[in-house]
Amino acid sequence: MDSKIDEAKLIDSGEVYIAHPPHIWSGFSTAKVMYIVLAVLALPFAAAVYFFGLRALYLIIISMATALITEFAIKKLRKKPFYMDGSALITGLLFALVLPPRIPFWMAIIGAAFSIAIAKEAFGGLGFNIFNPALAGRAFLAICFPTAMTSWYFPAKWFVPGYAAADALTSASPLSESYIYEGTRAALYKDLFFGNIAGSIGETSALAILIGGIILIALKLIDWKIPVIFIGTVALGSLIFGNDVLFQVLSGGLMIGAFFMATDYVTSPVTGAGRIIFAFGAGIITLLIRNFGSLPEGVAFSILIMNAFTPLIDKYVRPKPFGFVRTIVKKDGKRK
Amino acid sequence: MNIISRKPRFVSGLRLKENKKSEHSPISVIPPPPRVIIPMQMHAGAECSLLVQRGDKVKTGQLIAQSDAFVSAKIHSTITGTVKSILKTVSPATSTIISAVEITSKIAEQQQDGRLDSDTANAGLEEEKVFDDSGHIKSAEEFRIFLKKVESEQGAGLIQKIKDAGIVGLGGAAFPTHVKLSVPEGKKIDTVILNGCECEPYITADHRMMLEYSMEILAGAYVIFKILGPQKVIIAIENNKEDAIKLIADKIFELGLENIFSISALPSRYPMGAEKTLIKNILKRKVPVGGLPLNVGVVVQNVSTAKAIFDAVAYDKPLIERAITITGDIIKPVNLMVRIGTLVGDLKNYFGVLKEKPYDFIFGGPMTGFSVANMNFPIVKGTGCVLVKEGMDLTEKNCIRCSRCVSVCPMNLMPLMYGTYAKNNMWEQCRQYYIESCIECGSCAYVCPSAIPLVGYIKTGKAVLARKK
Ligand code: SF4
Ligand code: SF4
Repeated sequence: MDSKIDEAKLIDSGEVYIAHPPHIWSGFSTAKVMYIVLAVLALPFAAAVYFFGLRALYLIIISMATALITEFAIKKLRKKPFYMDGSALITGLLFALVLPPRIPFWMAIIGAAFSIAIAKEAFGGLGFNIFNPALAGRAFLAICFPTAMTSWYFPAKWFVPGYAAADALTSASPLSESYIYEGTRAALYKDLFFGNIAGSIGETSALAILIGGIILIALKLIDWKIPVIFIGTVALGSLIFGNDVLFQVLSGGLMIGAFFMATDYVTSPVTGAGRIIFAFGAGIITLLIRNFGSLPEGVAFSILIMNAFTPLIDKYVRPKPFGFVRTIVKKDGKRK
Repeated sequence: MNIISRKPRFVSGLRLKENKKSEHSPISVIPPPPRVIIPMQMHAGAECSLLVQRGDKVKTGQLIAQSDAFVSAKIHSTITGTVKSILKTVSPATSTIISAVEITSKIAEQQQDGRLDSDTANAGLEEEKVFDDSGHIKSAEEFRIFLKKVESEQGAGLIQKIKDAGIVGLGGAAFPTHVKLSVPEGKKIDTVILNGCECEPYITADHRMMLEYSMEILAGAYVIFKILGPQKVIIAIENNKEDAIKLIADKIFELGLENIFSISALPSRYPMGAEKTLIKNILKRKVPVGGLPLNVGVVVQNVSTAKAIFDAVAYDKPLIERAITITGDIIKPVNLMVRIGTLVGDLKNYFGVLKEKPYDFIFGGPMTGFSVANMNFPIVKGTGCVLVKEGMDLTEKNCIRCSRCVSVCPMNLMPLMYGTYAKNNMWEQCRQYYIESCIECGSCAYVCPSAIPLVGYIKTGKAVLARKK
């Protein structure tokens, strides 16, 4: 057995193995995911422009541009590669969609920049942020500029001939106690459903959000559990509190929050069970804020609060692996 | 009597593009190569030590290496020739450095140079003839004679034959077959599953084996049946191979084996052919974490392994050749019956590379195989496929926590955590997320939109944790 080993022919492991399996890839990249979401968001986008006019369009464009430029600048400053993966555009768009229609443009710029710079990049960029960037931006503005952030207007019917933007009427948020709707209950539901009501530019049209959400669920891009349980919890709770269930579900940011904000991959749990807890928690907090809080609306804050719990949920809600058997640790420390 | 079961109809798993380009190319038995390099560890288990020295003459089928360890498989020379050198290579099974033996054959060399004199040729042919008429059962009558022979033997004797032939699982994991068939006292096997799923894209070797060696596979399966004495033998085939399902069903009837054998036609989803998912889908039993199929009364054997068992029992023929698929971006995707130890480069004439591109040579399927940068790497016992392909060169991005990997994992794990923790060397955390349960199927990395090489992290993590123990 003492044949001389031919050292010259030693095949070095580093040279031999070059890539880990698998050697094929689905090709469904992060950028593709993001652009599909962006395409679906065109629905609430269109609804926003339809109901709140060119001003909504400007707000959206400004927010998206700010988000993109901020991300690009930060990546360059930190000497990190910048990928045009569409995530900044989504943040910018979602952020704009939850703004009141008449907020000054400079405020939108500050908010969008905050979303990207502080809520996203300061945590390490896409994938590492704890809080939903768009909602964090909105919360930031709500704290800095409470008046501007709660000035609501009836939809500016720019498509009605002879209507000037300056004529826009102020309105209380439909969820606040001072809100009075002049019309029948049925007409109110109809307006809430289609979006012809005061509110943030992108949140008023439940229809547009619902269609977009269903498309994303059908494409398996979002998990149905989050919106269904979130909205279901609010509906059931409203029933218990004796509120108007349909009204509670359709008004405010619940629809857009449940379908587009709470389903954000980065800031929601990754397991099915974790998501159920997450959505249920967000629903409960929304109910509490709406019924007992000083704010009329609580969706944004409820999602942000649950975002903070996400790492914890993912830590403790671990699925049991295939064929799991509980090992019984006896008193003497030996495993059975 | 219907022996084909088509349940379950709905199963989880990935739908991969099949790319079975070589499906219709029959397995061609090619002449022995001029040289082979045979690693001393082509199986899961202990490395073998050499019984020959440099300069020794060896014959096809001669035992050249073995180990005293129980979990190991004997190694035989696969050509007739001379031991030219003993060298070092990377173990295809464990990625550690092990020895290998290089054997060259004079005849084949002369043949290649076109100056073969008739004496050498005749002498060579005589030597090679030993196993020439092996391989085919020509009629049901011959089959019955073989069954009688099997019936007259003891289980232990059959296992010994399999052990002497150095047979390992040919499906890829290369676990020594005699170990798998030696069921410990007190354990009862009620079902044997013959795995003909071949769920990975591109590979067609097992499919062709089932079409061309159906009787031999059934004969080998009967040997397993005799050794383990289960109630039934289920042949699992994915329904993208209807021709094989039909042919084998016909053969079962023709041979009058319908009381023992049945077929499970399964939907083609990845990873259907992995032992654990296979057993779950067919029998609804879950192999416990860290356990073996025999914990739930099952033994799984690959169809090609059954053929090798037949050869060993019928002709005392050791495992010296196997069917492999060579496919990918090449001129002619083929199925070949090649000698173990053949270098891919020596097979170039049979498939033909398109350009002198820097190709990856992927040994094993595209989902689980390892890739090698050059062609001078031998085909070993567990190599069912060599996929020639350009490297993918993906850029790893941040995990966006999309949970696609979580929903696709057949072992119900959270693969994203391995990526996150591996980057920070937090291996204990990987264990808390049950990294040891991973079967390295590659599904998670396949679907990951951020192109994170999760399997790479998992392999590293498992190796680190194993060393720590
Ligand atoms: S598939 Fe990739 S990006 Fe998605 S959660 Fe898993 S590791 Fe992260
Ligand atoms: S974690 Fe392991 S078992 Fe799960 S999908 Fe990834 S490779 Fe397969």
